[in-house]
Formats: sequence, structure tokens, C-alpha cells
Amino acid sequence: MKRANAWATYLQVSPLALVFLLFLVVPIATIIVVSFFDYNTTQIIPAFLLQNYEELLLSPVTWRTYGQTIQFSVVTWAITLVIGFTVSYFLAFHVRSATWQMVLFLVCTIPFWTSNVIRMISWIPFLGRNGLANMTLIQLGLIKEPLEFLLFSNFAVVLTYVHLYTLFMVVPIFNSMMRIDRSLLEAARDAGASGWQTLWTVIVPLCKPGIAIGSIFIVTIVMGDFVTVRMMSGGQSASVSLMMMNAMSLLQYPAAAANAVVLLLLVLFTVAAMMRLVDIRKEL
Amino acid sequence: MARKRNLGRRSVLKGTAGFAGAAIGSGAITGFPVIWAQNNKNIVLRQCGTGVSAINEIAEKCKADLGITLQMTALDSDAVVQRVVTQPNSFDIGDIEYWMCKKVFPANTLQAMNVKKIKYFDKIVPIFTTGKLKPDSVIAQGTAPNTVSFVEGAGSTKFAKGQTDWFTMIPTIYNADTLGIRPDLVGRKIENWKDILDPKFKGKTSILNIPSIGIMDAAMICESAGIVKYGDKGNMTKAEIDKTIDFLIKTKKDGQFRAFWKTFDESVNLMASGEVVIQSMWSPAVSAVRGKGIPCTYQPLKEGYRAWGGGLSLAKHLQGPQLDAAYDYINWYLSGWVGAFLNRQGYYSAVLETAKANMTPDEWGFWMEGKPAQGDIKNPQGQVVEKAGAVRDGGSFYDRMGAVACWNAVMDEDRYMVQKWNSFIAA
Repeated sequence: MKRANAWATYLQVSPLALVFLLFLVVPIATIIVVSFFDYNTTQIIPAFLLQNYEELLLSPVTWRTYGQTIQFSVVTWAITLVIGFTVSYFLAFHVRSATWQMVLFLVCTIPFWTSNVIRMISWIPFLGRNGLANMTLIQLGLIKEPLEFLLFSNFAVVLTYVHLYTLFMVVPIFNSMMRIDRSLLEAARDAGASGWQTLWTVIVPLCKPGIAIGSIFIVTIVMGDFVTVRMMSGGQSASVSLMMMNAMSLLQYPAAAANAVVLLLLVLFTVAAMMRLVDIRKEL
Repeated sequence: MARKRNLGRRSVLKGTAGFAGAAIGSGAITGFPVIWAQNNKNIVLRQCGTGVSAINEIAEKCKADLGITLQMTALDSDAVVQRVVTQPNSFDIGDIEYWMCKKVFPANTLQAMNVKKIKYFDKIVPIFTTGKLKPDSVIAQGTAPNTVSFVEGAGSTKFAKGQTDWFTMIPTIYNADTLGIRPDLVGRKIENWKDILDPKFKGKTSILNIPSIGIMDAAMICESAGIVKYGDKGNMTKAEIDKTIDFLIKTKKDGQFRAFWKTFDESVNLMASGEVVIQSMWSPAVSAVRGKGIPCTYQPLKEGYRAWGGGLSLAKHLQGPQLDAAYDYINWYLSGWVGAFLNRQGYYSAVLETAKANMTPDEWGFWMEGKPAQGDIKNPQGQVVEKAGAVRDGGSFYDRMGAVACWNAVMDEDRYMVQKWNSFIAA
């Protein structure tokens, strides 16, 4: 009887395990294997070389690009966290009626009804030298010359990230806040805590899992992005994924694979660190 | 490097359906060569190549004239190189560029053509045979087409020094590229490649971010400005690459560039919106900007043009009736209708004589002789692209193709160059 049970368990797990094996483990294993291969202009040659990693890790360009990518991630993370937390707080604690909470929450998702790319590209005519933002500011007499930093700059990249991805922060934090037992807040007030104290010692700790999940979303998305960086910086900035794209477009797959492995390790490390700080499962 | 997306939704659908069909079709043909040997109606040729010359109208006309079904697949240039080398049975006609030919022909997946079977071989523009447009022309730097046009014999993969009977590629489309400018916004005369460095244009210039072509434009600029002197721009030494990229990084840090573009439409938008006033451009992009009613000039420069060209090559596996059909297709390609079609797009075609017979004298005068248009000039789709009185930027065919300084090329130090290019973009 016990044996049969064990088999049933394995059987139940097997579909998902197979899917993961085929579409996650095998591809990643392939990438790791290829990252040690040699290549020339037209083909990749099976081998075991450390050259791809040497070229990658010994180049100052790599370090600068990784620095830039991490910078984008951290800045985007900080801004989306502040905005996401504020919006969730408003929705969860200031809006009283459950109906309105849902309505306003849905309003937040409206931009997601259009494609990611469209939302990104729409910024280009808006921020351009002769774009809406500059024209308005000039007509209001606030500036004389168009502001050039608005488009094709790191500013534009971060702005777009924030616009595209803040919702990924709002949803999990809002979810965490809705689970907070309201009597805890009353208890805090009864115990004489000020508004800030309640926020800092009651709400924030209880929102940690939501914050952690949102942060994982933001960091992994931004670290792996290349389209936004390329479009919004006008090719002026680099990101790690963009480096991989460049290598791949010249058939230098092993070099790209080596870079992918390094990025994967970095992201895994970051996510692991977040999991250490917050036990997500406890709250789910 | 898809210069122009001639690829419509329809052709994509056709292309995908084609793979399934072709697999069945070609199998049947090789199985019974005798029965269908004289009948092109059952022949399917799968042509894969860059988007520039994958044109639906050509496939339709080919079907009508020859009965051959042409299935075109358009890929970006890197994907084409990869397919030709690694999947030699997945195509019959490889539509590749000359610099790619240098890369892929030695992989032994293509076969050279017998010039005796090419009807118009003697009439092909001599750039592709002797290398000299006119007897006194100097062959430009880079991968000049004549250097990879011939192999030493049937089945050989070794490029011959001079002309032989074995031709690697039938030229399809070629052109001379230069800088595009907004004549209404530059406010000065533009004569040299180095004019893109004018401090007046700070933050209003762009070059393309496709390493293999961008490095060439950069080299034209550096040489013009006297920063670097090159032995061969098409095959730089490491030191030359270093100097070029260092100069680019410095220029970038000074804020000279507004952006670096990678696709055709990006270059159009940068120019049309006024974000840049002078940049690397491709000729159809200039037409696209003008099509919006915005002035844009494809400015001829003193140092000359950076040229590129593509051609049709035959897959190694072609034989029997399919090979015969491929020769029929090639001979038809050079017989004039296609040439006229391509010339009307602002490109150049391989055999001028036959193309001329398929164009009106006014069209020929405007596109090829640099004469002012007598009436409205229309593109192959029948839209008016230039009004009466207009003159082509850069003038006649001989003025433009005679002033080529360098051909698109693949360098020996390719790997190093790409690393350096990445450092420029990351800087």
C-alpha cells in the first residue's frame, strides 16, 4: 500500500518535472556546455575552453556593462518600490469600499492592455527634441532650448522601466496589505503608536513578502532586458543582454552563452539573497 | 542588415507554407528526373536571402514567364550566413552579399556556375568580372565583388585571382551608400565624411550600430578627418581598429552622437523627427523620409561611397532538372524585366543593356544617367517618388559607382573588431 502511494506521488509530480526537464534543465545545460565551446566566423566547434570566460571577465567593458545593468536595476527597483508601496497603501488603507478598491486596482492595470513595445515606443515622440514635452515646456516659457537629456539617455531608460514595470510591484504589495488583519492597526493605535510608527513597525514588516516578490520581478526583468535599453538610449547605453545580442548576431554563440551563464549566476545570487532576507513561503 | 523590408505578410505566409511544400516537391522531382525534365511547371526553387531582393513581384513574374515557383525566405544577414553554412539542403538559391560570399563559399555548400550557360555573362557590369567599371578604374578597398566572383574550377572553393569559367554569384542588387542629410537643417555645405564631426552638429548626428558596416562608415570618417590612415579599410589591422574605436569613444563622450540606429525604420524616424540632421543612411531610407514630404539628401562626398552588393548563388545539392531550372531563372533574371524593376527602386542591376530596354527613356535618364526627370518618376508599385525636374542625388551610374572608396567587407580581425565595437557602445 505504501509503495503504491509513493508511485502515485511520483506519477503526479512527473508531468511538471518533465516539462521543467525539457524546457528548463536541458536548455540551460546546453547553454552551459556551449559556453565552453570554441568558435570562428561561421561555426561553433565543440571543445572545452575557458577562453570565452577569460575574454568576458578580463574585459573592462564587461565590468562596466554589468555595473550599468546593476545600476539600472537598483534605480528602477528603488523608484518602483516607493511608487508601488504608496499606490498599494492608498488602495489598501485609504479606499474604504471593497468595490472601489477593485475598480481602482483595475484602473492600474489598464496600461497593460496594450503591448509592452507600444508603451515603450510611445515615449519616443513624447520625449524627443521636437516632442510634446519639450514643446510644452518651451511654450510655457520654462525653458528656452529643448532638453536633450529627455530622450536617448539613461533617464529615458529608467523612466520607461518605471512606467512599464511598476505594476509588478503594486500587485504583490497590495496583496500583502490586504491580508493584514485590521485589528493589528487598531491595536497599534491603542498602544499609542503614531502613524509613522504603525507604518514602519507594523505594515512594512507584514508587507515584506510582497515587497520581496515585487523586487524579484523587477530585478530579474530589468537585468534581462535589452529592448528598452536599446530603444530608449538610442544605442548609447549597453546592457548585459545587449552584449549577448551583439555576440549572437555575429554567430559568436559560445561568447554569448558564457555571458548568459554569468548573468544567470548573478541573478540567482541576487534572488537567493532576497529569499534569505524574507521568507516568502511563510506568507503565501 | 535588411535594407528594405519588402517582405509583406503575404510573403511570410508563402514562405512558411513553402517549406512544407518544398520538402515534398523537391523529393518528387529528384525521384523522377526524366519525366519532368522539360517541364519547369513542377519545379520549385527555394530562395533564401536578405530582405532587399526578396520581392514578391519578381516571384510572381517568374511563375508567369517560366513556370518556376520561387519561394522566398527573407532573413537578416547573419541568419543567412548561418543557414547557408549549416543547413545547405534547406535552400536551392542563396541570395547573399559579396562579403558573405567570402565567408560562406569556402564552406563548400554552394556550387559555382558555368559561365557558358549564362546567356548575358558578357554583358554583366564589369565591376563583378574584371573589377573595373571602366578600363582605367581603380578597384576599391574591402571585399570587391570581382575578388570573390570566380573560383578555380568546377567544384572548387578557392577564389581565383583572375577570371575563370566558374562564376560564384550572379549579381542582383548593388548600390553606393553615403551620408544622408537634412538640407533644411544643416545650414552649411556638406562635402566630406568628416563633416559629421562638425561641432555645430553636436548631439545631432548618428551612425549605424551594425558592427560590420558601422566600422566602415567610421573608417571613412576617420580617414577623412585625418585621424587614421588605413592600409585597407576593408581589412584593418588590430592597431587600426584600436585607433578607430578610440576616436569613436572620444567623439561619443563629447556628445557628438544623438543615437546609434540598427534598423531601417529607426534611421527614417531619427531623420524625419529632426533628432539628427546628418547620419549614415541607406538609399531607400532617404526615399522614405522624402516620402513624408521632409527634405532629405543622399549627399555625395569627396572621399567617395561605401558600396555593397548581393547576388544569387546555387546550392551544392542542385542537379538535373532543378539545376537547369536554376540556370533558366538566372538567365531570365538578367534578361531585363527584373533589372528595370530594381533600377526603378533606386538600386542598380547587373546587366544594364537589357534593363534599359525595359525602361522608358525618361526613367533611364533619371535613374541611370543623372538627368533631370521629364515627367513624374514612379516606383515599381506605381507611386510617384520624384516630380518632374528632379535630379538623382549623386548623379549618374558612372558618377556614383565610379566613386566607390570601399566595399562592405569581412575582416580577418572580425572577432577583435566586434569586441572593440561593444566597448564603444558600452562606453
